[in-house]
Amino acid sequence: MEIKKISENIWEIPKTGKMNVPGRIFASEKLIDKIKEDKTLEQVGNVSQLPGIVGHSMAMPDAHMGYGFCVGGVAAFDVKKGIISPGGIGYDINCGVRLLASNISKEEFIKKRKEVTHQIKRDVPSGVGVKGEFSFNEKELDEVMRKGVGWAVERGYALKKDAERCEDGGCILGAMPEKISAKARGRGRNQLGTLGAGNHFIEIQEIDEIYDAKTAKVFGLERKGQICVLIHSGSRGLGHQVASDYIRDMEKEYGIKHLPDRELAYAPISSRLGQDYLGAMRAAANFAFANRTLIMHQIRNAFVKYFPKNKFDLVYDVAHNIAKFEEFEINGKKIELCVHRKGATRSFGKGRSELPAEYRKVGQPIFIPGSMGTYSYVLCGTNEASKVSFASTAHGAGRVLSRSYATKNLKIEDVKKNLEERDIYIEAGSMKGIVEEAPEAYKDVNEVVRVSDELGIGKIVVRLKPLAVIKG
Amino acid sequence: MKNKNIDVMEHTSEVKFKVRGSSINKVFENIVIAISDFMARGEKIKPVLKKKIKISGEDNESLLYDFLDEIIYLGDAEGFVVSKAHVKIKGKNLEAELLGDNTNNYPELDHIKAPTYSEMYVKQKVGKDSKKHWEAVFVLDV
Repeated sequence: MEIKKISENIWEIPKTGKMNVPGRIFASEKLIDKIKEDKTLEQVGNVSQLPGIVGHSMAMPDAHMGYGFCVGGVAAFDVKKGIISPGGIGYDINCGVRLLASNISKEEFIKKRKEVTHQIKRDVPSGVGVKGEFSFNEKELDEVMRKGVGWAVERGYALKKDAERCEDGGCILGAMPEKISAKARGRGRNQLGTLGAGNHFIEIQEIDEIYDAKTAKVFGLERKGQICVLIHSGSRGLGHQVASDYIRDMEKEYGIKHLPDRELAYAPISSRLGQDYLGAMRAAANFAFANRTLIMHQIRNAFVKYFPKNKFDLVYDVAHNIAKFEEFEINGKKIELCVHRKGATRSFGKGRSELPAEYRKVGQPIFIPGSMGTYSYVLCGTNEASKVSFASTAHGAGRVLSRSYATKNLKIEDVKKNLEERDIYIEAGSMKGIVEEAPEAYKDVNEVVRVSDELGIGKIVVRLKPLAVIKG
Repeated sequence: MKNKNIDVMEHTSEVKFKVRGSSINKVFENIVIAISDFMARGEKIKPVLKKKIKISGEDNESLLYDFLDEIIYLGDAEGFVVSKAHVKIKGKNLEAELLGDNTNNYPELDHIKAPTYSEMYVKQKVGKDSKKHWEAVFVLDV
């Protein structure tokens, strides 16, 4: 696929054939070389063929091949002429990250590191077919899907302040639990408060470097050595099933002949099916918000056993697999668009009314987890991102090695030793599984974050270093 | 032990399989073995429990999509992990008897989130020896 450099860190796939708009990739020379190796560019091209797409079909600096959209794919659609595609959101609806900031120091934590990590591993269930502590009847499950974090607040699992510190206040309005199938309910009922497997994790980290002290302070990230906890999980089986159900419904309703990739099955936003999917997606997204909240609740309880005076503030909770209706200024005109983000984080700058009051002064926190055992970053959203990338930036390091390659070529012992040498303690559901997630299998997160910062679509605030990792 | 009918293909983020069989039924049966091997991470799942499923689709690919969807559902909702299967496909309808075990007996199981249509096909092919066989390629979100 032809690709040309537009300016530093910006590449374009010219509009040809069936493409409705050009493609745009945000990457350095080093990152673009990796991106060219798999089918990422082809997938950016496929997305550009979808009806009603506006501007460019985009890929963020951590982009790699996915299914349907690439991972790191962003596309905005006209609300009247455009479409909604479950393959542009991903199966793990509202997969996302939240960061907690404690008032304990690295020195205090290290003394109890193994005990606390083990406690969390025990209290937050993970694995296939494993049931969480919370199980619900239909009515209660509906409440979770309708209210998200609000439900957890009502039940005493979270503080009112926690809900405010989530995108959309922890509850996307317009959720329609009645559009969620019995099958999806069956998968989700026992999974609330569970971590899941694969790349999902809990990491206990210390603030290692502060680049922008003023913004960091607003986020509650105040000093080096301050202990933070990063939680990465999503809507579990419930969300996965919603995506599968609606992909099948959409191809049955509209056929498949017109699709560049069958995984990109879609419905017009304004259609009955489009509206049904949006209602179901929002319900699954609220389920994910509640899931991360219950995991946070378990972590708070685990910590308090060893640090009775600890107080965990939720810094923010971001969704990186979601579609949202947002306002943008295009050619001087304000216009509402439906932005699909699949493996991309929203980046709203200061002044956006969607942000909590205290963050409206600086912009929203963005979390970019590195691979297991490497740095993670906190960035700040910008108004530049609204002009450049439909208010989006990266969501992680991005894979470079396939899981099968990693399993064949890396040894469990070496991965373990490597983590030990970096003074990182790990508890995992499967030690075989950690090989697939080894740092070598991912891009250099420092490079991903540097590109975001240089482009101005997410500015670096704080760097975090892992001290303990809990994996599903 | 390596199964000559199953290839794990390169895919940056997900897991991709190419599976062969002498008939479309055999391909679907071998797909169950591929999934069992993937989830068990090299362990062997015992065929001690039985589940029966019925599916109808619009074409071979939608049959496979729903077949995979059903297997994943059973893992999440009913704690059932597959070992092997007997599959009968007639036109656009599939009936299968899945054999497997309780997920609780295998604490290190790998998780599959969902089937995908990405790069998927199920079709009859002519091999180098000009014999006909069936082949399926699919990507799972893991």
